[in-house]
Formats: sequence, structure tokens, C-alpha cells
Amino acid sequence: MRLTGAEIAIQCLVEENVPYVFGYPGGAVLHIYDALFNQDKVRHILVRHEQAALHAADAYARATGRPGVALVTSGPGVTNAVTGIATAYMDSIPMVIISGQVPTPAIGLDAFQEVDTVGITRPCVKHNFLVKHVDELASTMKKAFYVATSGRPGPVLVDIPKDVSQHITEFDYPKSVSMRSYNPVNKGHTGQIKKAVQMLMEAKRPMIYVGGGAILGDASHLVTKLVKDLGYPCTNTLMGLGAFPATDPQFVGMLGMHGTYEANLAMQHCDVLLAVGARFDDRVIGNPQHFYVEGRRIIHIDIDPSSISKRVRVDVPIVGNIIDVLNEMLKLVEESPVSVDALALKQWWQQINTWRERQCLKYTNSTEIIKPQYVIEKLYEATQGDAIVTSDVGQHQMWAAQYYKFDKPRRWLNSGGLGTMGFGLPAAMGAQLAFPDMPVACVTGEASIQMCIQELSTCKQYHLPVKIVNLNNRYLGMVRQWQEILHGNRYSESYMDALPDFVKLAESYGHVGMRIENPADVEGALKEAFSLKDRVVFLDFLTDQTENVFPMVKAGAGLTEMLLGAEDL
Amino acid sequence: MRHILSLLLENESGALSRVAGLFSARGYNIEALSVAPTEDPTLSRMTIVTSGSDDVIEQITKQLNKLIDVVKVFDLNEGRYIERELMLVKIRAEGTDREEIKRTADIFRGRVIDVTDRTYTIELTGPRDKLDAFLEAIDSSLILETVRTGASGIGRGEWILRV
Ligand SMILES: Cc1cc2nc3c(=O)[nH]c(=O)nc-3n(C[C@H](O)[C@H](O)[C@H](O)COP(=O)(O)OP(=O)(O)OC[C@H]3O[C@@H](n4cnc5c(N)ncnc54)[C@H](O)[C@@H]3O)c2cc1C
Ligand SMILES: Cc1ncc(C[n+]2csc(CCOP(=O)(O)OP(=O)(O)O)c2C)c(N)n1
Ligand SMILES: [Mg+2]
Repeated sequence: MRLTGAEIAIQCLVEENVPYVFGYPGGAVLHIYDALFNQDKVRHILVRHEQAALHAADAYARATGRPGVALVTSGPGVTNAVTGIATAYMDSIPMVIISGQVPTPAIGLDAFQEVDTVGITRPCVKHNFLVKHVDELASTMKKAFYVATSGRPGPVLVDIPKDVSQHITEFDYPKSVSMRSYNPVNKGHTGQIKKAVQMLMEAKRPMIYVGGGAILGDASHLVTKLVKDLGYPCTNTLMGLGAFPATDPQFVGMLGMHGTYEANLAMQHCDVLLAVGARFDDRVIGNPQHFYVEGRRIIHIDIDPSSISKRVRVDVPIVGNIIDVLNEMLKLVEESPVSVDALALKQWWQQINTWRERQCLKYTNSTEIIKPQYVIEKLYEATQGDAIVTSDVGQHQMWAAQYYKFDKPRRWLNSGGLGTMGFGLPAAMGAQLAFPDMPVACVTGEASIQMCIQELSTCKQYHLPVKIVNLNNRYLGMVRQWQEILHGNRYSESYMDALPDFVKLAESYGHVGMRIENPADVEGALKEAFSLKDRVVFLDFLTDQTENVFPMVKAGAGLTEMLLGAEDL
Repeated sequence: MRHILSLLLENESGALSRVAGLFSARGYNIEALSVAPTEDPTLSRMTIVTSGSDDVIEQITKQLNKLIDVVKVFDLNEGRYIERELMLVKIRAEGTDREEIKRTADIFRGRVIDVTDRTYTIELTGPRDKLDAFLEAIDSSLILETVRTGASGIGRGEWILRV
């Protein structure tokens, strides 16, 4: 079959079973848009800003586990997309980004809408390609999908010059791909796995610390089985929420900067720590010097060798895919001649339960003013804990993570590594497209939502009935919190003045808007919103401006140095 | 500690900038970097001289291995190796200095490869220390220009780095 480069690009998406491509047209991709026009297998979603195309495709991937695809034009199309690419990169999300480029003879001549796309995106992609000849296009696309989805996933960009998309060649999509320079390992080292299991069985104060890798690797069921079989405590990172069910009694909550008292103390006081697809991030373990404990042994399972012993030296590194490694571990646990030390474990749980008694997530509710935590609790109830929840970045994100108890993987979609304000709404669109019948809520703040507010229009066009839960504190709340705690209450530029009337704004886009000012109305408003199944509802909750996220570990401090509430300030 | 890393990478445009970009983005030291195609035209061989604690070197090797264009990475310090660097140096050579410079070059097994009435251009190969020692042996006010390639390294004996 002889096709143009543009037709090949689209045909490759068909071969990869890509249902949606999120994008925005422009000069350098006109041929590709022409090819899109002439087919009906791949559906294009026209966003209102390229950043949103990336976030929506990214969230599609987070929600489904399948690669997200975005299409942008050269120059400003690409630069607008960079934030979204970096967001996906930091959270290891599989994506393929197709960008248009000026025609090959014009490259390097400061041509109209030319940027060095491969250069600009190089530090925030897993890999990128500039396709110099149409004959290389199909094999490059194949490689792009392979690299994006295998090993540690990540975004891969394919830059296609305009003439390449116009030229014609024989189309033949490779069935398989092999690259001598790229061979991710799946199976872990058996000797190391044996050692790990022995260490785990002998533990007196074990702790299992599960990260985003368990979700990316679709290994939640195995993680859950291991934790249940052993009876050990389990914590999830912000990216790992849902990997182990939050309502299970063995779940001690999220750990880290805004993690629970019991999770952070258990991390610090355990004698054997099993890390599964988690990367000892600075927001998780705080200061590595403080995190170090003499005698505590660490087992670390990760598919990316460079995640291991990067910030924290570990005793038993296991490089491999979680699924493969845990399957092997579970078998060894089952066959193990020794059983877990029940007495020691009982004492350890007693210790953990005394930490739990601090009830670090307890807050004082009010009948006068809406507490943000209360909104999330009611959101949980209104959706029976079974919605897909996206968020933006700030205090609202942390409250959603702390109070919406995620029991399943791929239900909590947020930007953890880059912390990108503007992620929430486009992410909700991507998730809603992936699961048209599921309730999708975007928990956001009045500042974050304005970073991609234009997407209300996309929601209208494609009938994506997402529910926006705006925790409106009239502040860059997370910034204000740091200024209160670390900068002597000097609220420099963190007040959000001149806010729009979000109800009217939503209405002007053709949606339903609600303003909720009274705690008594919270529950009813949420119920009503979720009963409007085919409408976008913008719920503008006016919340307590002074509320802070607790517990809190100050940046650079140790995990045990937690502020538990205003009384600790 | 100083380490010499040997790499085989795909001979693709952009591969060099991926490696260089990695070092600058992650703040790793880079003393010298040299790269050229090999007998297999699809592969380039790169030598990187870097330094850092064992932990840092371990991360550098892991991060290099992670680059899709990098086929193989080997830390030469893990075995016995030979290191060579080429230096071209132009020296003011007049009057009595002329004889003296020639003699010093001979001692270091350097070769005079270009001559004018007032200058010598000398070619010298060896490990870094030797080249440094030569420069120290010459009156610094006479040194007009130096060009160094950075180290190339290869394992000793039967040990071979290939795909
Ligand atoms: C305002 C704000 C506050 C935050 N506060 C917190 C906090 O209190 N607590 C917290 O936890 N985070 C917090 N974060 C998030 C934090 O910045 C990091 O993004 C997050 O902790 C990283 O999660 P992770 O360790 O699970 O790693 P991820 O970024 O999810 O990385 C996954 C790891 O798993 C590996 N992996 C992937 N696939 C597989 C596989 N198939 N098999 C094996 N390994 C695999 C990868 O190589 C990688 O090392 C906060 C972020 C923001 C924006
Ligand atoms: C694009 C971007 N710019 C700046 C920041 C820094 N930042 C982190 S949280 C935050 C405030 C967010 O305010 P809002 O959306 O109202 O959420 P709140 O914290 O009030 O819940 C800012 C500015 C960021 N994370 N992303
Ligand atoms: Mg706010």
C-alpha cells in the first residue's frame, strides 16, 4: 500500500489501536490533519490549548494503562506542549507525541514556526526522534510506541517535518521491534528475590512502601496479595494511592510530606522496608541523612536501575517488573519453611495503633464555614468512593489524597512529580473519554483551574460531563501555607484577587454552575451535581481561607519532625 | 575519584547531545569527552573522563545506560586499562630556547611537526599526567597555544568492549 507520510502516521495509530488523539492543528501538521479527515478509526479531540492536549492524553493513559497520543504543530504548538510532556515524564506515563516540524530543507534556517523540538524536549522525554525520511516513519512510530510502553514508561516524541508527511512511500507496519541499545528487563534476579523473602520473613517490624510503579505496572492485585498474606502494614505514595486499598485495616495511609503520622513513623522505625515501585522522592522521605537508620534493611524493587540507590542506599536491589518479581516472591512466601514472627508482628501493630490514636487527619468541622476536608469526605460519599478523581496542585490536591480513600488503582490521577497546576480539568476530560459511564471529578482550586479553564469549551463540544469540585479559598493556598509557616506570615502575591464569578463562567460555556457557601449545602450540592449525569457541573465551594494541610514535614526536615496541627506552629 | 567511561553509542545525530545534556542536567563533572565513529559505521565510541564518589559514578553509569542511544557503557577503572591523549602545542622557540625545547620534547618522546623561525609545534601523546608534566617542564611564558583531545581509553589484554 502506497501512502503519504501523513497517512502513514495515522495508519500507525490505527495499528496501535489508538482510539483518541488529542491535538491542535497548524501549518506543519496540515497534511496529517488532512489524513485524519479522511478516516474514521482514530477520533481527534480538539482541545483549546496544546498543554491540555498533553494532559488529556496523559490522563487517558493513567486511567487505562494504554499509551496516550497527542498531536501538535511545530513552534508554538510544541512549546505549549512542553509542560504537558514534562508532567508525563516526571510521573513515567506512556505517551506518544507527534509534532509537526518545518520542511527538512528549511530546518536550521530560522524558518517560520521553527523550534529545535528534539532539543527542547530532550530532557523531558524518554526518547525522541526526528524523522528525516518518509521511509523511516513507520518503523520510527513502532519504536516510539514500544519505548513509551515498555520498561519504565514515559513520553516519546516523534517530530515529523512537513515534507516528510507529504512524501509517498510503501506502508508496511513492522510486526515487532528490536533495538540493540534498549532491552528492559522484566524478570528479577532469583538470588536477590530469595534473599529478600528471607529478610521479609525474619522481620520484626516490617513495612511495605508502595509507589506509582505498582499502578504503572498493573500489579496492585499482587501487592495486595503480598500485604494480606504477610499481614504487614502498607503505605502508598501519592502516586501509589489505590495500589493497596485505602479502606483496608493494614493501610496506614499515605506517607511523606503530608503523609500520616503512623505511616511516617513506621517508615522510620521499621527494621525491614520493602519498597515496591517507589523512588524515595524528597517529598516522601524528606532529608536522606535523617531518613537513614542504623540497622534498618531496605529491599527495593524497581524496573529502572537508576531509581535504585539514587537517594537512599539499599541492601537488596531487585531490578525487574513488579508483576514478575512479586509473582516469584509470593511463591517463595508460600513455600517458606519459616512463618512470620507473629509475636513480634503483634507488638509492631500495637505500636502502630498507638501512633494511629493520634488521629492525625482529624479536623474540627464547622457549621459556619465550609472546611475543605469535609467537601472531600462528602465527595467520597456522593460517589461511593468509586469515582475517577483528578486534581490540580495545591492544598486541595493533598486533601483529596488524604480524605478520598482510593481502593482501586487508576482512579486517582494527579501530577506528583512536576506538580503542574492546570492538569486537573484536561485530565478529567481524558479520563471521561476513556470511561464515558464513570463519574469523573476534578478536585481543584480557584487558581489552578484558571490555568486550563478554556477546556470548559472542549467539555461542551465533546459532551464530557465532568464534575469540577473547586475548593475556593481565594488563595494560592499551598503557597500561603508555606508563607505562614516558613516566611513569617508574609503573604507575598498569594492572594487571588479579582476572581471571576465561576457560576456565570460555567454557564457562559453552556454548563451548570453552583456556588456553595454553607456547610449544610455541601452534601446536597454534590448529590445534585452527580445526578446530572450528562452535564458538566462547576461546584464552587467557598472554603475556609485559613485552613492548612496537616500533617506537614517541612522541606529538608526528617520524617519524624512532623507538624500535626496549628498548635505545632 | 577520577573515572574513565567507555561508551558505544548509536551513530545518530543527537546522540552526543543526549550524553552531554545528561551531564549538564544532572550536574555531573565532565573533564573530557571525545567521540568518533568506529570500524562499524553504525556505532560511535565515546570516552568520558569524569569524577565523583562511588555513588555518583554508579548513578552516572546507570543514567548513561538509560539513554536509548547508548548501546554499552563500561567503567574502565573496573579493570586494567591504557589511557592516551594527544596534544598539539605551539611554543615560542628562539635563540637558546630552541635547543632546550627540542631536548625537552625528545625526553617526553614528542615530535616537532611544524617549524618556523620563531616557533615549534610539537605533537605529544600519553596519559594525561605525562602531557601535564611536559607543559610544566616548559617555561609557561613560551607556550603560545595548546590543543588536547581528551583521553581515549582501552582495556588491557583480551578484554574487549563490543556489542
Ligand atoms: C504539592 C505536592 C505535595 C506532595 N506531597 C507528597 C507526599 O506527602 N507524599 C508523597 O508520597 N508524595 C508527595 N508528592 C508527590 C512527589 O512529588 C512524587 O511525585 C511522588 O512521591 C513519587 O511517587 P513514587 O515514589 O511512587 O514514584 P513514581 O514517580 O510513581 O515512580 C514510579 C517508580 O516505579 C518504577 N516503575 C514503573 N513501572 C514499574 C514496573 N512495571 N515495575 C517496577 N517498577 C516500575 C519507576 O521506575 C519509578 O522508579 C507531592 C507532590 C506535590 C505536587
Ligand atoms: C504551573 C505552576 N505554577 C506554580 C506552581 C506553584 N504552586 C504550587 S501550589 C500553588 C497554589 C495553588 O493554588 P490553588 O489552585 O488555589 O490551590 P490551593 O492550594 O489553594 O488549594 C502554586 C502557585 C505550580 N505548582 N504550578
Ligand atoms: Mg486556592
